[in-house]
Amino acid sequence: MNTRKPADASAVDQIWRFFASVRLSVVLLLTLAVTSVFGTVIPQNADPAAYERKFGPVFYPVFDALNLFDMYHSWWFRLLLCLLIANLVVCSIQRLSSTWKVIFPKTPKYQPERFRKSAGRLEWPVQGTSPEDLKNIYEPYMRKHFANIRVEQRESGEGFFIFGEKGRWTRLGVYAVHFSVLLLMLGALIGSIFGFEGYMNVPEGETRQAFSLKNADQNRKLDFAIRCDDFTVSHYPSGRPKEYKSDIAIVENGDVVLERKLRVNDPIRYRGIKIFQSSYGKTPGDTFTIQFKDNDSGMKFEKKGAVGKSIEMPGGSGTLMIQDFTDNFSFRGHSIGPAFFGRLDRTGQEPRPVVLPVEFPRFDKMRQGDYWISITDASYRQYTGLQISRDPGVPLVYAGFAIMILGCYVTFFMYHRKMCIELIPEKQDTRIAVAGISTRNRAAVKNAANKLAGRLEKMTVAR
Amino acid sequence: MPNSATFISIVTFIYGLAFVCYLAAWIFKKSLPGRLGTGVMIAAAAGNAVGFVLRWTESYQMGYGYAPLSNLYESLIFFSLAVAGIYLFVEFKYKVRTIGVFASLFAFLAIAYAALPSVESEIQPLIPALQSNWLIAHVITCFLGYAAFAIACGISIMYLIKSTAGPESASGPVARMPDLETLDDLTHQMITFGFLFLSIGIITGAIWAEQAWGRYWGWDPKETWSLITWLIYATLLHARLMRGWTGRRIAYLSCVGFAAVLFTYFGVNLLPGLHSYM
Ligand code: HEM
Repeated sequence: MNTRKPADASAVDQIWRFFASVRLSVVLLLTLAVTSVFGTVIPQNADPAAYERKFGPVFYPVFDALNLFDMYHSWWFRLLLCLLIANLVVCSIQRLSSTWKVIFPKTPKYQPERFRKSAGRLEWPVQGTSPEDLKNIYEPYMRKHFANIRVEQRESGEGFFIFGEKGRWTRLGVYAVHFSVLLLMLGALIGSIFGFEGYMNVPEGETRQAFSLKNADQNRKLDFAIRCDDFTVSHYPSGRPKEYKSDIAIVENGDVVLERKLRVNDPIRYRGIKIFQSSYGKTPGDTFTIQFKDNDSGMKFEKKGAVGKSIEMPGGSGTLMIQDFTDNFSFRGHSIGPAFFGRLDRTGQEPRPVVLPVEFPRFDKMRQGDYWISITDASYRQYTGLQISRDPGVPLVYAGFAIMILGCYVTFFMYHRKMCIELIPEKQDTRIAVAGISTRNRAAVKNAANKLAGRLEKMTVAR
Repeated sequence: MPNSATFISIVTFIYGLAFVCYLAAWIFKKSLPGRLGTGVMIAAAAGNAVGFVLRWTESYQMGYGYAPLSNLYESLIFFSLAVAGIYLFVEFKYKVRTIGVFASLFAFLAIAYAALPSVESEIQPLIPALQSNWLIAHVITCFLGYAAFAIACGISIMYLIKSTAGPESASGPVARMPDLETLDDLTHQMITFGFLFLSIGIITGAIWAEQAWGRYWGWDPKETWSLITWLIYATLLHARLMRGWTGRRIAYLSCVGFAAVLFTYFGVNLLPGLHSYM
């Protein structure tokens, strides 16, 4: 206990005391619970324009300033977590340093008075046996099943106490739980600094090294390459996907160093990088034919195209850039199969987007331009969608998980108890009293006394 | 052999009957309906368990073969089974039947909700991400936790009723509830049990997410709400163990905690997000 007056307590002391309060932890836990609700009501990390439309010009800037659109990574949420950690650490140091000697004394104290007042105390007489005899029977049993056994004469000098205890170490369970919380936070921190998450699509038969980062418009390169040798998907009769998997090879400096089937829920781990089967789809073949048809004359022109390539329009009237591809274009709520997206740049006109569904060649007629454009002889290749991630914090987090479960179990379902057998002489007979005390689990300690009494009775009879 | 759906609808009525028995025993202070209630509750739980196993075998017959813990319907059925099982354990250990009124009611409501036409009850094949043993562990532990919290909430409501009625109600149904200290103690025990299982549930869920998507935590609404629930019960435990809260304040917190459980379970689907298979 801090005995100094608040007046001469230094600032450090005051801060220390602020963090050493359990009231603070109750407040923090509840604050975290309440604030976390916001992020579930407002979808996180969506398009700013969508937020602006939804919340209007008054609330949007306010919410934005409060970081409500990415609140779990906001400075104030992180601050709450830091306060929680400080609280936990300070409290643990404070309590552990003052209770360590109480928890682990060199010689545990047993106070007969406390056992006599215990609510679950049981008493019964045993005829024709002296306390000494009973002590000799019970002591070995107690030594076997309890720790720190002490046999003492009763205060009056007649009869004995046999004291013992169990589960002293379980008092550390709480500290294990709290330590596990620290491990989780540390693991999460390491993950957020040194980890990343991204996606990579690898067409069958190809090898890729670059992947795009999630939450950032950026590409990165792995230290090794990933080759997809085969991809298969099987379906249930209803058409839902049942299983999909890829034959993956890891290639390093031209050598295949690992070959494995990659399934959902069964990632590949290689040099700290985890590779997950996450999706699949089709990607267009290297080239295809683009057909321009003159709306008036019906004249046909054909050109070779590729995604990412710009081509001259017939008559040099501008360019068509094929930008993107989807294997399932949705038009007015109907899915109409694979389609290419492009941008049309006509001289003297605004650029405009075009959509070219492969199975509906006349689709572009709706644009009512002088040419309508279609894609013929497109070919596809299957690709496997991989998620690439690295999170060096995971081992810490998993260690935290294990310690938290163990610590919670110890804290809630195990307890430290002291037991006392009192052997009271009564002429030729002996009265036996059994009682237990525990700082926490009063109901359970009654049971423990009952059980011990039952054992002792049996031993007395069996003799 | 009837199919699991028929079985489950019969079990619904048996839970209803158990509720009526427990209620009668409590209001009219008769031991016969009470003993009957216990018998009926055991029958309901056994039937519920059989229904669960039947559905499991049916999914194998249909060629999908998965533990029936993958959608709302199946989780409701497991939830009522867990409520009944945990309650029966408490009844045998502590010899308190009045809690059965709430336990049978919760089990009945859950399984009756599963019978609503809006709850998809067909056996659907599992998409690949759901084919995981971690998912099974996740659902079982979460729902054991939820069931314990449900019973804790029932006991807390009893506590609030009894402590509001005051000492003058020396006879009558309120007086036949266990004494306040026992109720308080039972609430705490149920909550520690629930908290352990909720913790394991969140953890196994995180491990599953890490295996399926490469991240153990993604702040999606369902995850976040389970964390909110966890934080509320953690607050309760600290308030009780360290600040000495007992009685009504704990009872209120226990009700708030269960409200959060219900929201995690049902309410989250109303929010935008991707955990929507449940
Ligand atoms: C799994 C979750 C948790 C459990 C089961 C748990 C359990 C407990 C228990 C049983 C105590 C009482 C210790 C005693 O009797 O000596 C305690 C104390 C305390 N808890 Fe927690 N706790 C948990 C998480 C947290 C978290 C997240 C914080 C964050 C601030 C926290 C902060 C504290 C503090 C400051 C104390 C008092 C000081 C101490 O005994 O170390 N706990 N906790």
